[in-house]
Amino acid sequence: MIGRRLLDSKPLCGALGAAGLFCVLEATGRTGLISPIVFPLASTVLGRAVELATDVDFLLDVVSTLGAWALGLLLTVVIAVPAGFVLGTLPRAESALRPILEFLRPIPSLALIPLALALFSDKFDMKITLIVYAATWPVLMNTLYGLKDVDPLAKETLRSFGFGPLAVLWRVSLPSTAPFVATGVRLASAIALIVAISVELLAGGSDGIGVFLIEVGGSPDAMVYIIATAIWAGVIGLVSDSLFVLAERRIFRWHTARTEVV
Amino acid sequence: MLEISNLTHTYGSGPSAHNALDGIDLTVAEGELVCIVGPSGCGKSTLLRSIAGLLRPTGGQVVLNGSPVEQTPDNLAVVFQDYSRSLFPWMSVADNVSLPLRRKAMDKKQRKDAALEALEQVGLESAGAKYPWQLSGGMQQRVSIARALAYRPALLLMDEPFGSVDAQTREELEDLTLRVRGHHNMTIVLITHDIDESVYVGDRVVVLSKAPAGIVGDLRVDLPGPRDQITTREHPDFVHLRAEVGRLVRGMRSQPASASQ
Ligand SMILES: Nc1ncnc2c1ncn2[C@@H]1O[C@H](COP(=O)(O)OP(=O)(O)OP(=O)(O)O)[C@@H](O)[C@H]1O
Ligand SMILES: [Mg+2]
Repeated sequence: MIGRRLLDSKPLCGALGAAGLFCVLEATGRTGLISPIVFPLASTVLGRAVELATDVDFLLDVVSTLGAWALGLLLTVVIAVPAGFVLGTLPRAESALRPILEFLRPIPSLALIPLALALFSDKFDMKITLIVYAATWPVLMNTLYGLKDVDPLAKETLRSFGFGPLAVLWRVSLPSTAPFVATGVRLASAIALIVAISVELLAGGSDGIGVFLIEVGGSPDAMVYIIATAIWAGVIGLVSDSLFVLAERRIFRWHTARTEVV
Repeated sequence: MLEISNLTHTYGSGPSAHNALDGIDLTVAEGELVCIVGPSGCGKSTLLRSIAGLLRPTGGQVVLNGSPVEQTPDNLAVVFQDYSRSLFPWMSVADNVSLPLRRKAMDKKQRKDAALEALEQVGLESAGAKYPWQLSGGMQQRVSIARALAYRPALLLMDEPFGSVDAQTREELEDLTLRVRGHHNMTIVLITHDIDESVYVGDRVVVLSKAPAGIVGDLRVDLPGPRDQITTREHPDFVHLRAEVGRLVRGMRSQPASASQ
């Protein structure tokens, strides 16, 4: 009975899965199936991950990456949301820029690192620029999609009461598009974190999780460090994503509640 | 107040074009309550949207208080047929009702009070803090009626406003409509497919033909005394008019004795 109920809880199920994987990995190491010299023991890695939580150097690097992540995400929203609204409300502008956007969109932002290295002398500026570039796409595309989804009758309703186009944009299109923008920002936040760490790793710099990875790469137990760091990167991504989902559910209850009914 | 002359509208062009309105001529006097009945899909909503300036008709014109309707005219409110889509899900019911009042010289408190009063009129005084999607279809429709009433428009356009409420609420809302026009001297154009309703509520019943819609009848409703759901509906004049409108809607020729054109 109780076991059943425990399995109903999704986070608990997830935790059980993780514990199971841990045991399997630990066993393969202990039994010699995979030599601990080739791949470190799960318990060693976990121990290192716990140690890292109190390692000031590592924490400073995490803070630095998170700072770039947050600033990049903020700039993305400030740029991509208004851009989306301009494109979404001016069909001519959209048809003029669409081909360019469709051309740029598939280019992986990491492929732009050599170009960015040549353009920027400051590593931080470069990191932010690449984050913004990569994170802009989901926000821009979701904003455009959300604007297309605005119910024409909702707009007509406000118009029929004598409101002008700007009032309709502000009072109907914006609130109606907001949940789509929020989803875009959540997707962008995951991308921003990946790009931040990748740029640090590939282009170097003075601090950041990626720089930490380069620095520990020379130590004898580099592998343990690298995996422990990766675990933390995963935890940060998971936590931020969950927070975004939670915020979306709370703020846009009207949206989720409605789509659940339909 | 409202003059519609030779109004035509065609959706699309080429072989798939659909002719929805075919030369509508209609004049509505100030303070009048005109009901428009017609078969489903004939073009009633199209006519209403042209009056509201939400649709630019392909021919003819609509003149409101002496000036041609180009954009949505001032002092007009519409109760849309698709009421659930015309309420804003991100706002509470009370906010939905008070939002249009921003167009008027009213402060926040006045707007709130006016919204509450209108909600009371439709029997939803306790639903103000709820969201539209938490209400039943009939309640949502009453909210959209309250929103239009709170606005106190000079011209109120209603597109099948009582379509999804139960019979008793429907009667209450019909009586409410009759009351408010008495208080505020609104001119009301009400679209319905319910023949009884058109005769009960209207000063005049205008009957539209099958698509493309043209006017096939324009009957004055002269019923004695204030209208009452029971006595009015059993009055011989009511019964006669109802039959008359019914014949017109079904495309039969009207009796020579009637007032139709
Ligand atoms: N945007 C549109 N594009 C093309 N055709 C349309 C459009 N809107 C309406 N029509 C067509 O015009 C005709 C009249 O539509 P309208 O909505 O005015 O009818 P109605 O009398 O209000 O019908 P109902 O009683 O079902 O509400 C219909 O045949 C419909 O298919
Ligand atoms: Mg209609």
